Amino acid sequence: MPTIFIDNKPFEVKAGKNLLEACLSLGLDLPYFCWHPALGSVGACRQCAISMFKDENDQKGKLTMACMEGVKDGLRISLTDTTSKAFREQVVEWLMTNHPHDCPVCDEGGSCHLQDMTVMTGHDYRRFSYKKRTYKNQYLGPFIHHEMNRCIQCYRCVRFYKDYAGGKDLDVFAAHNHVYFGREKDGVLESPFSGNLAEVCPTGVFTDETLRQHYTRKWDLTMAPSVCTHCSLGCNITAGERYGELRSITNRYNGDVNGYFLCDRGRFGYEFVNSENRIAKPIIRNRVGEAVDEDTLMTHLKTIFKHGNKFIGIGSPRASVESNYALMDLVGKDNYYNGLSEFENLLAKLVAKTLQSGTVRSASLKDVEKADAVLILGEDVWNTAPMLALSVRQAVLKSAAAEALQQTPLPQWHDAAIRELVQEERGYFANITLAGSALDEIANYKLHSSPDDIARLGYAIAHIIDPGSPAVKNASDELLTKAKEIADALLKAKNPVIISGTGCLNEPLIKAAHNIALALNSGERKAEICYVMHESNTMGLALTQAFGLDKAIERTEREEGLSVVILENDLYRSLPGNVVDRFLSRCKNVVVLDQLNNATTVKAHVLIPSATFAEADGTMVNNEGRAQSFFQVFNPASNYVREAWRWLYAIKDLNAAPGNETFPHPDEILSRVEKDYPMFSGISKVSPAHDFRVNGQRIPREPRRYSGRTAIRANISVSEPRPFQDDDSPLSYTMEGYDGIPPSSLIPFFWSPGWNSIQSVNKYQDEVGGALKGGDPGVRLFEVDKSKPKTYFEHIPYPFTAKPDHLLLLPQFHVFGSGELSIYTKAIEDFAPEPYAALSEPDAEKMGLSDGSILNVKIGEKKIAFPVCVHKAISNGIVLLPAGLTETAGAIWGAWINFSANGHS
Amino acid sequence: MLTPDEKHEIDHEISILPHRKAAVIEALKIVQQHRGWVNDESVGAVADYLDMSPAEVDSVATFYNLIFRKPVGRHIILLCDSISCYVMGYQKLYAAIQDQLQIKFGGTTSDKKFTLLPNPCLGCCDRAPALMIDEDLYTDVTPDKLAEIFSKYS
Amino acid sequence: MERPLTEHIHPNRPALNLKEYEAVGGYAALKKVLKDSSPKQVQQAVQDSNLKGRGGAGFNTGMKWSFVPMDNAPRPKYIIANADEMEPGTFKDRLLLEGSPHQLIEGMIIAGYAIQADISYIFLRFAYKDAAKILRKSIQEAYDAGYLGKNIQGSGYSLEMYLHTGVGRYMCGEETALLNALEGKRATPRAKPPFPQVSGLFGKPTIVNNVETFCCVPHIIAKGAEWFKSISKSEDGGTKLYGVSGKVNKPGLWELPMGVTIRELIEEHAGGMKNGLKFKGALPGGASTDFLTEQHLDVKMDFKSVAAAGSRLGTGTMIVLDDATCPVGFVHNLQHFFAQESCGWCTPCREGLPWVEKVLLSLENGEGKKEDLDILHMHTKFLGPGNTFCALAPGAMEPLESALKYFADDFEKHIRDKKCPYHN
Ligand SMILES: Cc1cc2nc3c(=O)[nH]c(=O)nc-3n(C[C@H](O)[C@H](O)[C@H](O)COP(=O)(O)O)c2cc1C
Ligand code: SF4
Ligand code: FES
Repeated sequence: MPTIFIDNKPFEVKAGKNLLEACLSLGLDLPYFCWHPALGSVGACRQCAISMFKDENDQKGKLTMACMEGVKDGLRISLTDTTSKAFREQVVEWLMTNHPHDCPVCDEGGSCHLQDMTVMTGHDYRRFSYKKRTYKNQYLGPFIHHEMNRCIQCYRCVRFYKDYAGGKDLDVFAAHNHVYFGREKDGVLESPFSGNLAEVCPTGVFTDETLRQHYTRKWDLTMAPSVCTHCSLGCNITAGERYGELRSITNRYNGDVNGYFLCDRGRFGYEFVNSENRIAKPIIRNRVGEAVDEDTLMTHLKTIFKHGNKFIGIGSPRASVESNYALMDLVGKDNYYNGLSEFENLLAKLVAKTLQSGTVRSASLKDVEKADAVLILGEDVWNTAPMLALSVRQAVLKSAAAEALQQTPLPQWHDAAIRELVQEERGYFANITLAGSALDEIANYKLHSSPDDIARLGYAIAHIIDPGSPAVKNASDELLTKAKEIADALLKAKNPVIISGTGCLNEPLIKAAHNIALALNSGERKAEICYVMHESNTMGLALTQAFGLDKAIERTEREEGLSVVILENDLYRSLPGNVVDRFLSRCKNVVVLDQLNNATTVKAHVLIPSATFAEADGTMVNNEGRAQSFFQVFNPASNYVREAWRWLYAIKDLNAAPGNETFPHPDEILSRVEKDYPMFSGISKVSPAHDFRVNGQRIPREPRRYSGRTAIRANISVSEPRPFQDDDSPLSYTMEGYDGIPPSSLIPFFWSPGWNSIQSVNKYQDEVGGALKGGDPGVRLFEVDKSKPKTYFEHIPYPFTAKPDHLLLLPQFHVFGSGELSIYTKAIEDFAPEPYAALSEPDAEKMGLSDGSILNVKIGEKKIAFPVCVHKAISNGIVLLPAGLTETAGAIWGAWINFSANGHS
Repeated sequence: MLTPDEKHEIDHEISILPHRKAAVIEALKIVQQHRGWVNDESVGAVADYLDMSPAEVDSVATFYNLIFRKPVGRHIILLCDSISCYVMGYQKLYAAIQDQLQIKFGGTTSDKKFTLLPNPCLGCCDRAPALMIDEDLYTDVTPDKLAEIFSKYS
Repeated sequence: MERPLTEHIHPNRPALNLKEYEAVGGYAALKKVLKDSSPKQVQQAVQDSNLKGRGGAGFNTGMKWSFVPMDNAPRPKYIIANADEMEPGTFKDRLLLEGSPHQLIEGMIIAGYAIQADISYIFLRFAYKDAAKILRKSIQEAYDAGYLGKNIQGSGYSLEMYLHTGVGRYMCGEETALLNALEGKRATPRAKPPFPQVSGLFGKPTIVNNVETFCCVPHIIAKGAEWFKSISKSEDGGTKLYGVSGKVNKPGLWELPMGVTIRELIEEHAGGMKNGLKFKGALPGGASTDFLTEQHLDVKMDFKSVAAAGSRLGTGTMIVLDDATCPVGFVHNLQHFFAQESCGWCTPCREGLPWVEKVLLSLENGEGKKEDLDILHMHTKFLGPGNTFCALAPGAMEPLESALKYFADDFEKHIRDKKCPYHN
C-alpha cells in the first residue's frame, strides 16, 4: 500500500485510486461535484483542487485536481494550504454567479450537495453584481422535475443518464456559459432509470416530482432501511414518511446489490402505500356493519378457527418470510400452499434447488457488473429486473475497457479517457430473448426465438463447452453454428455470467442456463449464474419447496368443507376467474389478509388489513439468495394495519390454552425458520436482534434536525404523545439515539456532519464505492460447494413447432404496468401499456390479422378482445400479451391456446 | 427524411470513419448545405440515419456556432469582431450595417436576404477590418464600400 | 536570407500545383525518406533540428513524435494537421495553406511515415474557403501521383489523407478538442494524460501538429537538421512566419529567421506606427499572450526570449496596441471572445470569463468600482495553467494580467473619471 503525505501526515492508501477517492476514504472532507464514485473522474468542475508538492522542501506546491491524479508512494499534498483552500472557495463563488439564491424554496434544500460543499469551502459573500443567466425549464414527465437555473454544469446528469444508463433523450446542449442539460424538447424522460437523476444531480435541477406532490425536507422524514418490493432483485431502499404518508424512496447503498442506483419502478412505485384503496379496518362480510373492531374480529375468528374447522393456508411471494412462516405455523406445514401458480412454482422451486445444490455460484448485481462476458438466455431483464439490465450494461462497458486497457494502460477511475479509448467497443454480450429487448443495442449477438429453441441452443452451447454435458439430438447445422459462436466467446472469458429466469415460463431454459454455467466452470474460469424470479420474495417461498396453488385447489376438490387463509395474494392474477371462483366457493371460510382491495379480497368472508413493507418489519430473499431485512418506517394511522405475521400469530393463539400461547418475537420467528428449514440457515443473522444497542442507544429513524415533533399533532391534541416504542427492532421512532454509523443493515438514512445529501454515503463505506462498513447488508443463503460432482440436466426439449390453429401464450413484461403494486402510482399506471396481442407476421397473415385488428383470447371462460400488434421479432406460433394488466390477469402463461374455434376479427 | 443526394454524401463520410456516429458533424454540414439551416426535422433525419437519438445530434449541433438551428437568410454575413478588427474599427462597420440593413447581430433582413453574425477572427488581421459573405472574403472594408458589396447579392 | 517555407509563395499568384511544387524540389524529401530512412531516424532528425511546434505551445516536435508507440502499436495511427487557426490576430497558416498546399501535404506524409501513421487529416477552419478548395485539389493530385494512398512510391508505406472542415468554435484548435470534433462530438477538450500520442483520435495513437510545423519538415529532411538550426538567429531552429496587425503602416506577414526583434518587426517590416500614433504595447503571439511594451522592443521573437520577457511567442503573429486605443476596451474585446469560445466544460473558465467580461465592460462604460480590479486580479491568478481544464482560460488571462500590470493607470482612470478616457 502506498503511503502519501497529507498536510505532512503519512497515510496508507489503496493503490490504483485517485487522490480524491483516497482522501474521502480516509474520512477527510474534500469537496467535489463532477466526480461520482460510480461514474468516475472527468475533472470538469475543478472543485476538488488540492496542492501537490514536489518534495518536502517544496513550499509553493502546484494546484492539482485530486480526482485526476493517482496516488503514488511518497506523494505530498495539502488540503489546508491557503492556495487550494482559496481556490476551492472561489470555485463555489463562480458557481454561485449564476446559481439562484433560492434554497428556502428549493426541493434540494437540506439534502443538497451544493449547499454542503458551499459551507465546506467557507464561501459566504458573493461579489458578482450582474444579472444572472436564466433558462427555461422543461416538462420531463411525472417523475422528474426540472429547474435549470440551479444547474452548476457538473455534467453528472448526462454522464449518468447517457453514458452509464444508455439513455438517449437527455443531453447537454449549446456551449460556454449557456450549456443546457435536458431533452431536445419537452417530454417524458424515456429511461426507466431517470429517477436517479434526482440523486446524481448535486443541486435542485432534477428533483423527485412525486415527492413534490407531498413535499417534505429530508430532515423532516422518518426513515427506515427497507427493501424494494417491485421485483426479485431486492434493491435496498430508504423509505421516508411524514404525516402518516410514505413520501419518498431513495437509494440505500448496497455495494453488492444495487450500488448507488434504483429503477423508476422501485423509486416511484410506492404510492400504493398511500392509496385510498388500502384496507384500513377488518371486515366481516354479510353482517350489519361489516367493518368491525378488534374484539369483534377476534371473537369471530376464534369461532371459525375452533377445532373442527380445517384450514389450509395460501402464502404469497410478495409477503415476507416471517408472514409466510407464520401462516405455515397457523395452518400446519401440510396445509400450507405457497400461492404460486403451478408452472411458476415448478420453475421457482427448480431455480431454488439448482442454486441450493451449490454447483454454480449465484451472481449478485455487483458480480454481474464484473463479468467479462454475459449471456442472457430468454429472460427480458430490462422489464423483469431493470437494475439487472443496468448491471449488464456496466459489464459490457467495463469488460470492453479492461480489454482496451491491456494495450493502453490507464487508471480505472479515469472515466473520460477510458471512454475515449474504448469508443464503441463492447464486451461480449449475447442477448437471446423472445422478442427483443432494449438491451439488444449493446449486444454483440442477439437472437429472438421461442423458449424451447432458446433452451436447445443453450444445451448445445453447454455441450460444445463440455462434451460431458448432454448433446442436442437432431440439432440443425444452423443451431450448432450459433452455439459454437457463443460457446467460443464464452470460453474466452474468465468470469462469464449466464442470466436466465422464470419469465419465459420454460423449464428447459432454466436447466440449459445451469448447464452452460456448469460447463464453463473449470480451471481458472469461474462462471456464475443469475436467475430472475417473479416477486420480491419468490425465492423465499421456493426454498421451502412447498406445494403451489394448484395443489390447494386439487385438495379442495377432494376434501369438502375446508377453510382457507389467503396471505397477501390476489389469486385472480394467477388463475382464471372461474377457477378461483370455484375454489373460493368451495371453501367454508375465506380469511384474507391483504393491503389493498383486489378481486380476491372482495370475496373474503373475513378481511384483515395487513401492513405494506413500509409499515412492517420482515425479511425477504432475493433472486440471488440474499436474505435482507426491511424495517417499519412508520406506524399507520389505522391501528388495524399490522404485519401479517402479527395477525397470524394472534389468530394462532386465540384458541391456545392459557400459558400455551406461542406468539413469538420477530427475532424468534427467524430462529424458528432456521430450525425448521436448514436451507434458511443464517437468516437470523441478517440484521442485529431487537435488543441491539450502540453505547446503550437505539438507532433513530429521524434525523437530529427533525422539526415539529411537538407541533406535528397539535391540531389533534397539544400534548405531545410518547413516541411509538419499537419492541421489534433496534430502531426508534425518535431523533434521539446513536448518531454514528450503525451496522450496515440498520442504516435508516445517510447523514454525516457537513454532509446532508445522499453523498454522505461515502462516510459509511470502507472505501468510497466499496462495501459499507462492516460489510454490505444481507446474508447469502447459497454458497458454492466445490465437492459437488458436475451433474447436468438432461431435459432437452424438441424443436419448437407451431401447432396448427394454436398459439403459445407467453407474457410480455413491462417495467411499468406488470407490477401488481407499483401500478397504484398514477404515473406508472399512465405508462402501463394498453392491452395488445403481439404475434409474428406470418401468423398474423395466416389468421388474416393486421396491426390493430382484434384477436380474441380466451382467459378462463372469458373471451377478451386484444388489438393485434404484428411483431417482427417474434417466432411463429407464439402470442405475447402484456403481463400484469387486469385484462390478462389469470392467463395461463405457457399454455397453448386454440384459435380454431375462436372467433376473431 | 434525407434526400438521396444527402444520403449519398453522408454515406461517403461514413465510409471513411470507424463508426457511423462519427459522421454526425459532416452530416449536419451536408444537410445545412442543402437546406440552408438545420430544423428539428433535419436533426431527426440525421439521427435516424446515423443510429443516434435526436438529443445526441442536437447536442453536437448546438455546440457549434455555424450549424444554424434557426432559419437564416439567403446569405450569411460574418463580420469579424475580434481584436485586430476591433483596433481597426469594425464597430463602424457594424454601425453602418445596422443602418443599411436594419439588422443587428443574429438578425435576418425582412427580405430574408442577409443574416448578420459576429465572427471571431477571419484570419486576415493584416487587412482588417474584414467580413465574409458566404464564400467571399472582403478585407480592408470601410463603411462606404458596404453598399457596393451588398449589391452583389440577390 | 533564406525563406524555405514561403520562397515560392507569391501573394498574387495561385497556389503551387503538384508539378510546380515538384519543379522547385518538392516531394524530394519524401522520396529520400522513404528510400533511406527508418521512422526512428526521421524522428531523430526532426528532434535534432530543434523544431518547436508553431501552434503556440512550442514543444519540440521530434520529441512529441517519439512518444508514439511503434512496436505492436494499436492501429490505425493518425497524423493530423491543425489548420484551425482561429486565435484572434493570427493569420499565418492561411498563407501556407493557400500558397503551397503540397508543402504541408509532404510534411504530413513524412511525419506520418515517422510515426507510421495510417490515416491523416487536415482539420481546416470553416472560414478558409479558398484553402479548402486548394487542399482538396492538391490532396487529389498527391493521390494521383502516388504520394498518398497505398504503397507510396513503392515503399510499402501507405497513408490516407482527408480534409475536414470545421463548423466554428475556437476550441477546435485545442488539439484534444480537435480530436473530439473529428470524432463528431462536441469540441470539449480531453484530459491529459493520456496524451494523444498514446490515446488520440478514436482512442488510437495520434499526432497533432500545426500547419507551419509540418511545413518545416520537408526542408529539415532535405537540407538537414544543422542547416535548419543555422538559419535561425536563436536556439530554436528554423525560420518563423511573423505577422503584425493593428495600426501600423504596413500590417503583414513575413518569414524571417527565428529570433528577430520586436523592433525590427514593427519598424522595418511593418513600416512603423501609423502617423501620429505611438506604440503602447503588443501581444507578441496572438490573443492569448501577455502584453509586451516599449521596454521590450528589443526582445528577440523566439520561444525562450519572449518567455524571459514575461510573455509567449505563441503563434508569432503580433497585435499592436497604439496609444489612441483604450487598453480596457482592447482587453474587453479579447475577453468577450474568450468567454464566447469557452466550451463550457470546466467551472473557472465557463463562469469566470463571463464575469471578467462583464467587469471590463462596466469599467469601460465608466461604471467600474475599485473592487472590480480585485476581481480581475483574482481571475488572473485563479484561471492559471493547471487550474482550468485546458489552456483556453489561462491564455485568456495572459493579456489581462499584463494589461493590469502595464496599463494600471488606464484602468484606474476609468474608475476615477467614471468614463473611458479614450472616448472623448
Ligand atoms: C484554445 C486553444 C486553441 C488552439 N488553437 C490552435 C490552432 O488554431 N492552431 C494550432 O495549430 N494550434 C492551436 N492550439 C494549440 C494546440 O492545442 C496544439 O498545441 C498544437 O496544435 C500542437 O501543434 P504544434 O506542436 O505543432 O505547435 C490551440 C490551443 C488552445 C488551448
Ligand atoms: S478552460 Fe475549461 S471551459 Fe474553458 S475551454 Fe478549457 S475546458 Fe472548456
Ligand atoms: S470532482 Fe475533481 S474536478 Fe470535479
